[in-house]
Amino acid sequence: MSDTMNPTHAPASHARWTEDPVLTVEHLTMRFGGLTAIDDLSFSVGRGDITALIGPNGAGKTTVFNCVTGFYKPTEGRILLRRGAKPSDAAIAELTRSGRQYDRDGENGIYLLERMNDFRITAIAGVARTFQNIRLFGGMTVLENLLVAQHNHLMRASGYTIGGLIGLPGWRREAERAKDKAIAWLERIDLIDRADDPAADLAYGDQRRLEIARAMCTDPRLLCLDEPAAGLNPRESSELNDLLRSIRDRDGVSVLLIEHDMGVVMQISDHIVVLDYGKKIADGAAAAVRDDPKVIAAYLGVDDEEVDEVEEALHQNDPQGSANAQLGEGDRA
Amino acid sequence: MEYFLQQLINGITLGSIYGLIAIGYTMVYGIIGMINFAHGEVFMIGAFIALTAFLALAALGVTFLPLVLLIILAVAMLFTAVWGWTIERVAYRPLRGSFRLAPLITAIGMSIFLQNFVQVTQGARVKPLPPQIQGGITLMDGPGGIVVQLSYMQLIIIALTIALMIGFSLIISKTSLGRQQRACEQDRKMASLLGVNVDRTISLTFVMGAGLAAVAGTMYLLYYGVIDFYIGFIAGVKAFTAAVLGGIGSLPGAMLGGLAIGLIETFWSGYFSVEYKDVAAFSILAIVLIFMPSGLLGRPEVEKV
Amino acid sequence: MATTNQPTSSNRPEGAELESEARRAAMQGVPPFNAEPAKRSRLAQSFREAAITAAIVAGLTLFFFAFRTNIATGGLDLAFRPDLWLIWIAIAFVARFLLSYFVFATESPITGFFKRTKSERSSLPIGKILGIVLLLVALTLPFLLDVFLPRQNRYLLDLAILILTYVMLGWGLNIVVGLAGLLDLGYVAFYAVGAYSFALLSINFDLGFWVCLPMAGLFAALWGIMLGFPVLRLRGDYLAIVTLAFGEIIRVVLLNWYDFTGGPNGLLGIPKPTLFGLEFSRGENGFAEYFGLEYNPIQRFIFLYYIILALALLTNFVTMRMRKLPVGRAWEALREDEIACRALGINTVNVKLTAFATGAMFGGFAGSFFATRQGFISPESFTFIESAIILAIVVLGGLGSQLGVVIASVVMIGGIELLRNLTVLDAVFGAGFDPTQYRMLIFGLAMVAIMVWKPRGLISTRVPSVYYKKKKAIGADLVSQGEGH
Repeated sequence: MSDTMNPTHAPASHARWTEDPVLTVEHLTMRFGGLTAIDDLSFSVGRGDITALIGPNGAGKTTVFNCVTGFYKPTEGRILLRRGAKPSDAAIAELTRSGRQYDRDGENGIYLLERMNDFRITAIAGVARTFQNIRLFGGMTVLENLLVAQHNHLMRASGYTIGGLIGLPGWRREAERAKDKAIAWLERIDLIDRADDPAADLAYGDQRRLEIARAMCTDPRLLCLDEPAAGLNPRESSELNDLLRSIRDRDGVSVLLIEHDMGVVMQISDHIVVLDYGKKIADGAAAAVRDDPKVIAAYLGVDDEEVDEVEEALHQNDPQGSANAQLGEGDRA
Repeated sequence: MEYFLQQLINGITLGSIYGLIAIGYTMVYGIIGMINFAHGEVFMIGAFIALTAFLALAALGVTFLPLVLLIILAVAMLFTAVWGWTIERVAYRPLRGSFRLAPLITAIGMSIFLQNFVQVTQGARVKPLPPQIQGGITLMDGPGGIVVQLSYMQLIIIALTIALMIGFSLIISKTSLGRQQRACEQDRKMASLLGVNVDRTISLTFVMGAGLAAVAGTMYLLYYGVIDFYIGFIAGVKAFTAAVLGGIGSLPGAMLGGLAIGLIETFWSGYFSVEYKDVAAFSILAIVLIFMPSGLLGRPEVEKV
Repeated sequence: MATTNQPTSSNRPEGAELESEARRAAMQGVPPFNAEPAKRSRLAQSFREAAITAAIVAGLTLFFFAFRTNIATGGLDLAFRPDLWLIWIAIAFVARFLLSYFVFATESPITGFFKRTKSERSSLPIGKILGIVLLLVALTLPFLLDVFLPRQNRYLLDLAILILTYVMLGWGLNIVVGLAGLLDLGYVAFYAVGAYSFALLSINFDLGFWVCLPMAGLFAALWGIMLGFPVLRLRGDYLAIVTLAFGEIIRVVLLNWYDFTGGPNGLLGIPKPTLFGLEFSRGENGFAEYFGLEYNPIQRFIFLYYIILALALLTNFVTMRMRKLPVGRAWEALREDEIACRALGINTVNVKLTAFATGAMFGGFAGSFFATRQGFISPESFTFIESAIILAIVVLGGLGSQLGVVIASVVMIGGIELLRNLTVLDAVFGAGFDPTQYRMLIFGLAMVAIMVWKPRGLISTRVPSVYYKKKKAIGADLVSQGEGH
């Protein structure tokens, strides 16, 4: 049996996720009744990285997402989001002890997500998410979807409705600006021609992109995507890769994604965390994780003794590495 | 103490009637996920049919009480079941697969129609029926002259409710009809693909619910001795409250909720004030739902994200 | 990103109907491998269906038409009247036979004409034109009535006031149910709170209409928040039943709190509204005298009419405006998908509360108006049936549609009310026929019939709150109906 962390592939000391993490999950445990969905999980998401959370079906990936985004309250553990300059350990310890939810000082801030409600995590900490089964506002137009996402900003601009009701010029200006921002996003995801169509009328791949754009309209620091490439054809999939890279590079938003499509994962991820049965079985750069026999075993569903055989067979079949191998959906033995 | 016992007995009796109506709500909700607002009216129709049947039997000269009871129960159940079937066929089936509020509105429309139909055909005045079953078992003869009595009527109501409960639980759990009902509850489309006649199953659910409501109506008529076209609304709302309180979709829950509502009402009237008994029942409902959103025996709903 | 040949939304309902038909067909539960039933002749088939229908009607009505219990001395008396029963069985038989023969069993039903005419391709401009026409009629109604129907002037004006009250209530509830998708079965509670706070304020503190009106609205909104806060975490039908319970609780309290509300006797002597201090009465300082007009009681009705029209238009204006504001958009987003709202950082509890409070406030305004118009209020006016009627108006009109509420109010309230004066019915049913006692009966039947005919309501398309290039209506099949779907 080989070790999980392979130091030759991923020099941990120089990785961004240890040096400058935007999100740190520590000892996260989530139990539903007697079932432990996540068991003492710790990992970090580097600032400006695209981090992939992978694992077989039922490994607990979506549960991690729901804990990070506040839809579930974790049983135990700490989920820390950082903005701006790296805070001192003392400051974090102080916040944890204080019982407060977050500490903010201008652009810098630390947020304890496990203490916050779902909508506050998005509104205050700046974490946006998408859903595995797309959740658009189907009966509203594409443009309206993107405006709803700017709700909190617009609420303030409309003087909590009062100013908007009497039509203050400040509100009109902000409303135009919000519309421009939405239109800019629609141009970016190539949906500008569908701006006035109901979101439910869009093709599946378009809906996925719209959901990502909608999440981005909340001005997040961390974008959590739950299987963004599911159901996309190869062309759409590669467009998605470009979009995610541009979100990372142009908008400077860190991305945490769950994905089964190993093509997508290997091409765009800077960092991969592998889960199985609610535990982390591997963590590191893409190349390191790809060749980790434990990961392969988890996906192919073999006993630990067979791992070495599998690895051997794999390398024989695909000598230049299985970057494009579709691993997902592996049944467990 | 004696007073308490007497209230307990009265409460259980009232709760049994609510429970019988509540089962109709809960079964319909379980299978097609709608509040059958007209169900209270079905109960009222059952009471009216029982009354008319009783008078018709008297006119024919049938006076042997057990036989009369048996006949009016059977007649009420049969003819009320026809109403239940027709309501489903006319107002709900055309809207199956449509959006959620549509059947709710037709149900309210049906409820208004039925109330006024009975009012127009039978008159708006209260119909009295002198008590038919008198006497009872004296359980306790208190010192202050307070007697705790379980009347024969109460005994019949409680016994009949228990028997029907057992019967229906057996139907749901053991028979093929019950299996089909449970299958439709889980997934109607899949059940129909597997050869379950969904329409027939739903119709039968309404027929069963109406039958139980007819029993409740008959018992109400005999126990209270007065009915009018408006009894369905109050009883219906209470029974639906009971179904929700017990956890909608659950048969034992409906019975338990019915008992709870009956007891709350009786004790509140007995110890505090009669005027505010409805307030007490509804407040308890609100409190239970706020702290226990799936009712007493309902399965907790897990929010799927 | 194909931009050509995209189905435009305005013709979507057709597709939706087809789909729902297919879905219904799939739910028939007849496995595809079943042998096809043997074809009977059209006549025999129709005859058989008619016989079955007649048998069912016979069973349904045996105890209601054939027998009637009458209160007699010494108990109840049973009257036997088989003629009525048999007539109805015959009617059912003939009606079903004709329906089966000419509509259901043929390839070309004679009702096909109706089906073809209802393609609603350009619903947007028609709606707009209809809205403007209705608005013009509403603004000039007192004069139109005066010119064209002077004899029934007062009655019709009264009816128009009643309809407008329901329009306003419908618009208020539309915010809660139609926009925010929260099923509220206790809306009448806010109507009652508005009416009672208006009455109590004006009677006890001797305040005028224009002071009490906003206060009553605020009170109702406050109650909306107070009642809303604990219940808004409930979902779908649970919310419905708890709101119903709250409505009943308020009514029972009003009924029993004698000292404060007058109990079942209600409150009397609620002052009439004045026009800048001018009362609509005969004599000194009256409206008529001040303007040198001849006193006529109709002036007060016209004044009331314009008050409720102004209140209703205010409701509409505020609602339409709020739809374009973030809060209104959040209401609709909430109706579409609550979880997605939360993921976008929207505080859904606040959004729900604003919807509840805004709806309640307009209900309170309507209640104030009701109190001042009647001059007398009692708990009897605030029963569940009122909530049901208001909800029916909203749903029948088409959830979220402002125009639909108007049409539904006119049809349901006005149409039924007009039954009262149809003297034609006397000729059909013989003298002494009193149509008023069938009013609610027909009301109930109409609710069922309209819903079965148009489950999405009369106007079911949604108009976007904002557009980039072109405003396109959104088909009803895409618009979600709120919680519990």
